[in-house]
Amino acid sequence: MIERRNVVIIGGGHNGLVCAAYLAKAGRKVTVVEAANRVGGAAITREFAPDFRVSACAHLLNLLDQGICKELALEKHGLAMAKTGLKTIALSPDGQHLALSGEQVDGKVPDQDRVALKEFRRFMDKFAGVIARLHNRVPPRLASGQTRDLVGLGKLALDIRMLGREDMREFLRIAGINIYDILQENFTSDLLKGALGLDAVLGTFSGPRSNNSVFTALHRLSGNTGQSPGTLSLPRGGMGSVSQALAAAARQHGAEIRTSSPVARILMENDKVAGVQLASGEQLMAATVVSNADPRTTFLGLLGARNLEAGFAQKVHHFRVHGNAAKLHLALSGLPEFPGLQNDLLGERLVIAPSLDYVERAFNHAKYSEFSQQPVMEIIIPSVFDQTLAPEGQHVLSAIVQYAPRELKGGWAAGKAAFTDSVLTVLEQYSPDIRSKAVMAELLTPEDLEKEFRMSGGHWHHGELSMDQFLMVRPVPGAAQYATPVDGLYLCGAGSHPGGGVMGSAGRNAARVILAS
Amino acid sequence: MKKYAAIVIGAGHNGITNAAYLAKAGLNVLMVEKSPWIGGASVSQELYKGWMYSNCSYVCSLLRPEIYRSLNLAKYGLQVVPYGGSVTLAQNGDILGSYVDDDVARREIARHSQRDADATVRFHRDIMRQCRFIRQYLLRTAPDPTSFRLRDLKELLHLGKAASRLGENGLYDLMRFYTMSIKDYLDEYFEHPLIKAARAGSGIIGSAMGVMSPGTAYVLLHHAMGEVDGNMGAWGFARGGMGAVAKAMNDCFTDHGGETLCGSGVERIMVKNGRVTGVALENGNEYLANVVVSNMTFPRTFLECMDEKDLSPAFLKKVRNFKIRGSSGKLNFALDGLPDFPALRGNHELIKGDMHLIDSIERLERAYDDWKSGIWSQDPYVDMLIPSLTDPTMTPPGKHFMSVFVQYVPPKVHGKDWTDAQRDQFGQTVINQIENYAPGFKKLILHAEVRTPRELENEVGLTEGNIFQGELTMDQLLFNRPIPGYAQYRGPARGLYMCGSSTHPGGGVMAAPGANAAREILLDLGKPNTVPEGWLDD
Amino acid sequence: MKANDMTARDHYHTHVYPSPFHAGQEKANKLKVWSRWADYLSVPAYYDASLEYFAARNSCAVFDLTPMIKHRVSGPDALAYLNRLVTRDVARIKPGRVGYAVWCTDEGQVIDDGTIFHLTEGVYRVCSQEHQIDWFLTSALGFDVEVVEETHEVAALALQGPTSCAVLKNLGLRGIENLTPFGSQAFAFAGTELMVSRTGYTGDLGYELWISPSHAEVLWSSLFEAGKHHGIRALGSQALDMLRIEAGFLLAGVDFMPAQHAVRPTHTRSPFELGLAWLVDFKKPVFNGRRALLAEKARGSRFTLVKLDIDGNKMARDSYVYSKERKYAGTVTSAMWSPSAKASIALATLEAPHGRPGEELLVEIYYKRDLKWSRVMAPCRVVENVFWEPARKRQTPPADY
Repeated sequence: MIERRNVVIIGGGHNGLVCAAYLAKAGRKVTVVEAANRVGGAAITREFAPDFRVSACAHLLNLLDQGICKELALEKHGLAMAKTGLKTIALSPDGQHLALSGEQVDGKVPDQDRVALKEFRRFMDKFAGVIARLHNRVPPRLASGQTRDLVGLGKLALDIRMLGREDMREFLRIAGINIYDILQENFTSDLLKGALGLDAVLGTFSGPRSNNSVFTALHRLSGNTGQSPGTLSLPRGGMGSVSQALAAAARQHGAEIRTSSPVARILMENDKVAGVQLASGEQLMAATVVSNADPRTTFLGLLGARNLEAGFAQKVHHFRVHGNAAKLHLALSGLPEFPGLQNDLLGERLVIAPSLDYVERAFNHAKYSEFSQQPVMEIIIPSVFDQTLAPEGQHVLSAIVQYAPRELKGGWAAGKAAFTDSVLTVLEQYSPDIRSKAVMAELLTPEDLEKEFRMSGGHWHHGELSMDQFLMVRPVPGAAQYATPVDGLYLCGAGSHPGGGVMGSAGRNAARVILAS
Repeated sequence: MKKYAAIVIGAGHNGITNAAYLAKAGLNVLMVEKSPWIGGASVSQELYKGWMYSNCSYVCSLLRPEIYRSLNLAKYGLQVVPYGGSVTLAQNGDILGSYVDDDVARREIARHSQRDADATVRFHRDIMRQCRFIRQYLLRTAPDPTSFRLRDLKELLHLGKAASRLGENGLYDLMRFYTMSIKDYLDEYFEHPLIKAARAGSGIIGSAMGVMSPGTAYVLLHHAMGEVDGNMGAWGFARGGMGAVAKAMNDCFTDHGGETLCGSGVERIMVKNGRVTGVALENGNEYLANVVVSNMTFPRTFLECMDEKDLSPAFLKKVRNFKIRGSSGKLNFALDGLPDFPALRGNHELIKGDMHLIDSIERLERAYDDWKSGIWSQDPYVDMLIPSLTDPTMTPPGKHFMSVFVQYVPPKVHGKDWTDAQRDQFGQTVINQIENYAPGFKKLILHAEVRTPRELENEVGLTEGNIFQGELTMDQLLFNRPIPGYAQYRGPARGLYMCGSSTHPGGGVMAAPGANAAREILLDLGKPNTVPEGWLDD
Repeated sequence: MKANDMTARDHYHTHVYPSPFHAGQEKANKLKVWSRWADYLSVPAYYDASLEYFAARNSCAVFDLTPMIKHRVSGPDALAYLNRLVTRDVARIKPGRVGYAVWCTDEGQVIDDGTIFHLTEGVYRVCSQEHQIDWFLTSALGFDVEVVEETHEVAALALQGPTSCAVLKNLGLRGIENLTPFGSQAFAFAGTELMVSRTGYTGDLGYELWISPSHAEVLWSSLFEAGKHHGIRALGSQALDMLRIEAGFLLAGVDFMPAQHAVRPTHTRSPFELGLAWLVDFKKPVFNGRRALLAEKARGSRFTLVKLDIDGNKMARDSYVYSKERKYAGTVTSAMWSPSAKASIALATLEAPHGRPGEELLVEIYYKRDLKWSRVMAPCRVVENVFWEPARKRQTPPADY
């Protein structure tokens, strides 16, 4: 007999933990089973060289939902920021860097660009608000004939209407197109455009000229963080501390969290979910199973296509999960030098994207399953603000590097060394002493990310974030409202609305749907 | 100075259509055209003695049958003759033919992939669903979603109802179809690279996007929604070349009392106190009218033919940001005989249709990469037709005219204007490409016309040489075309209208923009509507 | 011309291919009229459709089935795969047995119908009306199963009618009389294997014969030799259509729109709407369309496909059906004058709530006499039983005539 109140959550990533905390808080008997020996999924801090610790996958906070922080009292559970409001430094090969902070830019740019930046941020922040308001809603179904879906669509239409006539028109014009055109319309400085364009394509399989990249740019600005859109923060102790705080909150509400417990399969009884079977053979019976794993793994791996109807399984099969970002970790014997950059700015977010065409050229390679010869990067040296990460006087560097397609011609085993070298060579152009200061380097390709974090395709959104995989079609129609075609099985991960980034909304929305059912 | 009820600038197929409907309503209409000939891009010219060229637009299927019928184009001599089939030629010598016979067509696909042959049924079904949806809107004015006017609300409701008729899954399909790349879309149906490549070409023709660019699945529709005699997706030739379309339309216009002035470029659209008063020609003549309709591209109308002070800076900024990128080139050949494609020997039906030189998504995308970097594709995507195999009026018997459409060709080379030498190099690139598939082709060339976007702009007035008068992307479709707030054919000055392909529903020799604009003008003037409603298909 | 020429590069020279039985067909085809069925030449009528029909009802008749789409399904998961694919329980089709089945989209709409032959343990043949390999392979995701199309590798004939068993006995198939309806059995024949199933599309005693195309000609001639004193005759597709309507069998693309072909998504039908509820087994935990069909069962269907017995002697082809109050009720999908029942009969699709057995309706029939069109509103009723169902259909062993 399966206890009706039992819930098993597969995966202790941040969304799984959020979901667990809310369900436990509502009185459900929740067990989280996590394959790794620590909770956190892609939001973890781990040692990659003796005494050097780093946020091994996600490394910045910009979307974490403020409501979740408050309701789960994450501060009380130990979450603290080492630094908030990071600036973005657009690195220039000639040392004439720009420092961006919200609508402000310091450095050599024409005045018209300064004016344009204010207007650009005004409308982008405003449009991002439309998307932000969607984050805490369950995506409405289309033409379902049900009132709550009509209300959901009505709210969205109203949010767009409330932009006012001119902004509404602009929103409808640009939402589906590419960031390249929008930046060209507004700015002249290549360096500024490059840095702004990078934000639109980080973590995606697209270049600045790919349509949908305005949408991804908006998504990045769309957190309900309680801070101004796009504000970047470094949690003390790395991203793992976010997960630790969430786990503590979940435990406090009574959830049980079991690490080192990989799930082998989801159990079915007749046409309903019955629980999970762990790799150890142990079975945990539950009427409700919530998967924080990505949709592909959940449906085609743990459940099996044979337990689904064929059309649905085919849609999951077509869900695009081509991871495209690699992660670089360097253990540094001291602070590296970036000529042209004052030392007090070294802890900010440094980006290498000197022009839109540079970014687009970097993307070209990925289309043909090659890595970028001249990759783009988002670099942080978190130890500048957080001494817990490296021995005193020493530092860690963490960088997201694109483009590195999951499926590489010739395979990553053969390509990794060459790619690492390309990355360091590009880095050296901006920081000539970086190689000499690096005592240890770790590069995680999408293949490595897939293995370590159990994300299909090594994709940190658990599946491409684009308009054809967003809202009521994320991950696929039929599973876009967290419930799935299998009774009792729910999704709560980044593969669901509203997608990836350490946000927590998917976990909370899923919990709400489960509690309402 | 003579005063008219309306002046139409530009005698392209949309301009003439517009003028014809206005004249049919009893208006006294003048049409002025810069070139010595009518038709704009819908033109036939004898560029080599004895050879008639369709040297711009070269096939006819999008032309709305409702317009064909209501303008009585058959009476004015227009004949559209379908051609049977098309073929894609691969570098390895194999082909993928498209045959009119269903079983032969299926076996041809099955020859490459049995599964894809079967998947084609599903693919056609889904494309047809999208065509049926969009087709309802071809002869309708797009609603303004920001407006609370009764008519816009009614049109929005119509749109909502039509959408909900698609059903829940249909709507998700629609949503995905409009936002996906043609590559991703095809991946959901097909497995064979040649089959994907053959279909992908339709997603990028005339577009400054690559097959991997989201939004290109929709462009496919602009090549699938045409029809010849109710056969959706069929293509045909206008007998006598594309100029025959313009000629028939113009004869209809003239029959209803319209006047056409060729060789009369417009210097300026005259505006006084926020309303148009007429046009001033380059030759100094001025003509007065309370209604001026522009068939020119959206940027050309406002940036070249209007006084900046008559327009608001905000409007001008939007005009400048209109995406109208040249991406195609055109070569036209007078040939001494039929080219010999070894891959098509003995296959006489396929050579009568369009022939594409492509065999992989990657080649198509790399062709686009060249365009992005400011140069014409070094391994171009080529779409060729030999109309003289079907149309006996075009060349002397045994000789041939070949029309070659090339993707991608940038409007400028590395940011600088084209030089004649570069144009010739581009021509050589294409000729060499054809020679690869048809050895001996070069020797057959009696005359070649090479047109880069520069020539398309200079000779036909297509800004940057964009054949659709503006990209067919989400930001420029339906109520966004050409720009939000001006999608109902009315310009920023009273009495000023737009009727070119820059307006909804966009490019191709469809004539719908011209007809739709006429309907709006007649509505504003309180005249009876002469423009037909779209035929329903349930 | 052989089937493998279909995959030759220059296949386009041939629009339609002769069937493996072509030599025999050509000789029998006195009218020299050919039609097309998928890739093959087919015969609408060899001599006279009515005589061919009566041969099948009175003695026996031979129809070339080769163009029918055939697939082979094998591998460890073959049964599990088929059970997820179709709506009925395939586990109940034991080796040597055959079952009729339909398969659906996730939305519970019929993609096609066909027969599943359990050839040997774990090896199946699935025959369908339309090409299905795309859907069958799509459905194979997650199963250890091999699905291949074998249409051109198997030649097939239907031998239908009261003397068919006697003819097969004459052919030397020992023990054929013991084959029960929906059974199949392999026999040695002319140095190869001849598979015989007691199946058909005529609603009468009859068999279907499956053989390698290389032995097709010898099968055809031997069969006609064996049947020469049993009234054997070649059967064309026109007569077959009459036989199947009397027997109440559906034809894809005529009586229902296959879901993969329907441009208008509301024009498809569920198994319930086709009167095939008996083929839906909700005891299976997962099969395609299950959720949608459960919901439909709870909510009620939109349509029902019924058999109509129509007063008078006019054929109700393409007719509208009305209620007694002359309100629209549906349309006829197939209709004929039944020479055996001496009745005007039809299959019709009716909108809910119409279609209960015994319901009295009207059919609007347009008919032409000496080029003059007339119209009649013919009373009709919904009947439950098929129009032709002789006892010999089920009898084992069957009589010789």
